[in-house]
Amino acid sequence: MRTIKFLLQKEFRQIFRNKTLLRSILISPCIQLLILPLAANYEVKNISLAVVDNDHSAYSQKMISKITSSGYFKLTSYNSSFKEAYHQIEEDKADIILEIPAHFERNLVRENEQKLFVAVNAINGTKALLGGGYLANIINNYNNEIRLQWVQPSRFNTAPLIEIASSNWYNPLMNYQIFMVPGILVMLVTMIGGMMCSLNIVKEKEIGTIEQINVTPIKKHHFILGKLIPFWVIGMVVFTLGLLIARFVYHIIPIGNISLLYGFLAVYLLAVLGLGLLISTYSDTQQQAMSITFFFVMIFNLMSGLYTPVESMPNWAQWIAKFNPLSYFIQVMRMVVLKGSEFNDVKPHLIAILGFAIVFNTWAILNYRKRA
Amino acid sequence: MQQPVIKTELLTKRFGSFTAADELTFEVYPGEIFGFLGANGAGKTTAMRMLCGLSLPSSGKATIAGFDIYKQTEKIKQNIGYMSQKFSLYEDLTVIENIRFYAGIYGLSDKEIKAKSNNLLDQLGLQNEAKKLVSELPLGWKQKLSFSVAVIHQPKIVFLDEPTGGVDPVTRRQFWDLIYDASDKGLTVFVTTHYMDEAEYCNRISIMVDGRIEALDTPSNLKKQFSANSMDDVFYQLARGAKRNE
Repeated sequence: MRTIKFLLQKEFRQIFRNKTLLRSILISPCIQLLILPLAANYEVKNISLAVVDNDHSAYSQKMISKITSSGYFKLTSYNSSFKEAYHQIEEDKADIILEIPAHFERNLVRENEQKLFVAVNAINGTKALLGGGYLANIINNYNNEIRLQWVQPSRFNTAPLIEIASSNWYNPLMNYQIFMVPGILVMLVTMIGGMMCSLNIVKEKEIGTIEQINVTPIKKHHFILGKLIPFWVIGMVVFTLGLLIARFVYHIIPIGNISLLYGFLAVYLLAVLGLGLLISTYSDTQQQAMSITFFFVMIFNLMSGLYTPVESMPNWAQWIAKFNPLSYFIQVMRMVVLKGSEFNDVKPHLIAILGFAIVFNTWAILNYRKRA
Repeated sequence: MQQPVIKTELLTKRFGSFTAADELTFEVYPGEIFGFLGANGAGKTTAMRMLCGLSLPSSGKATIAGFDIYKQTEKIKQNIGYMSQKFSLYEDLTVIENIRFYAGIYGLSDKEIKAKSNNLLDQLGLQNEAKKLVSELPLGWKQKLSFSVAVIHQPKIVFLDEPTGGVDPVTRRQFWDLIYDASDKGLTVFVTTHYMDEAEYCNRISIMVDGRIEALDTPSNLKKQFSANSMDDVFYQLARGAKRNE
């Protein structure tokens, strides 16, 4: 126990003395948490729309103004021919072309039917998909409005109509920030914890102090605990800062029990730091440790379900996600923060993370050699 | 005759097909200053790392302070001090913090730590520098400090790997005063060096060439044996035959 006291004293002194490091541990995640959620917004806005109106009627005008007033589209050009509009797409000035054929109004009134043409630039898949969807939706609504004006509602509706009333549970306004901020916080805590921990030990290898430690009768698990505990504490601090930002900047107040979150975090950090330790036992230089950590961090982040749901990945990829500790904690964060889930709901996740923690740390202790 | 504190028998370390240390057999007695000489790449550091329990021998036997080098490394570590070629105190900790840290992990009590660190600072004349970061000290002082830290737990043997490399003659002299002081108190000193004047300070020396010990005796006997005027000469005659060159 006394040995650990000395190790911790040394570790914290070194961390607090390294002002640059301290700043990057504490300030950079805060800045990231302020910036990243803005980028992780799935609502597509400012879609550039090129319109080819061959009709110039009251109806076509009304429809265009309905589209532009939705807030999702900005009318970038008003073209006389499809060819001209297509040019706009080629030059990346437009994302979507809406072509209104000649006699749009007349046909609609007389024949009760009219076709429109929408061409979407699908280079940016998300934008194309959502943009096309929004546009179709707006036009549909417009269509319904006209129908209501023309068709007298009769008691005997001729066509059966299914109307969908949907409500968004746990996030009624479909606010992406509420969904993303907790996830991004988990990602930041993971990166800081794992990276700092592995780099710290490898640094001792590089400067040679680890050899001086290895000639002492210090116990392996004492040394490893001496490295784990400081970064465990730092992980807790960073997480707390993140929760405060979520509370005061994004107004996210966890519905569930905060101590449940911290309890999960405590185990989760052990898993992440264990992985950091494991990486450090396999690398001799900070450069090596950094590149291995980076490899895992990229995979962990993109396959965590933070940006895209794990369920929509192919089966084999879902298996990879099962071995990703990040995905468990992101789920738990969202469950507890948004839905107010309780201990029993997150128990399977907790068991999985506990498994990771045990495997990584045991592996690291076994692989850490005082003697080459 | 006393029991040897270091006793090796055909101790060998191979890295793949390369034999860094080849069938080393020697004994070192308590209180001795044992010089371990050899050209760069002769295998001195490899041998020393095996004796300190930092590197596992490929074959051969050895006991350090009576403990087996394979099975009782942790016992050995309680009884040895080690100062590596590379300066290995924490540069971002102060002098006193380094002393306390190492004293602490060697299991000294608070009272011992306090007394020891005061003594040590007095002996090294570092009282005024106690609160300075180690990185701010000149190299010579750093080396003296590392030596004192390496023996803070009063080990039976201390291993010094080129402790005076790059240090000025005056500081080197002071460094050897520290070694003599410690040796007078019964500490066994196992030291590698490239300075032949330092070799003369040793009770006995061994000279390694290409991983093997080619000569082992007192400096004066070696000079006689090689009919040389100085240790420089002895070393030159032996090292000239080396095939490894770095």
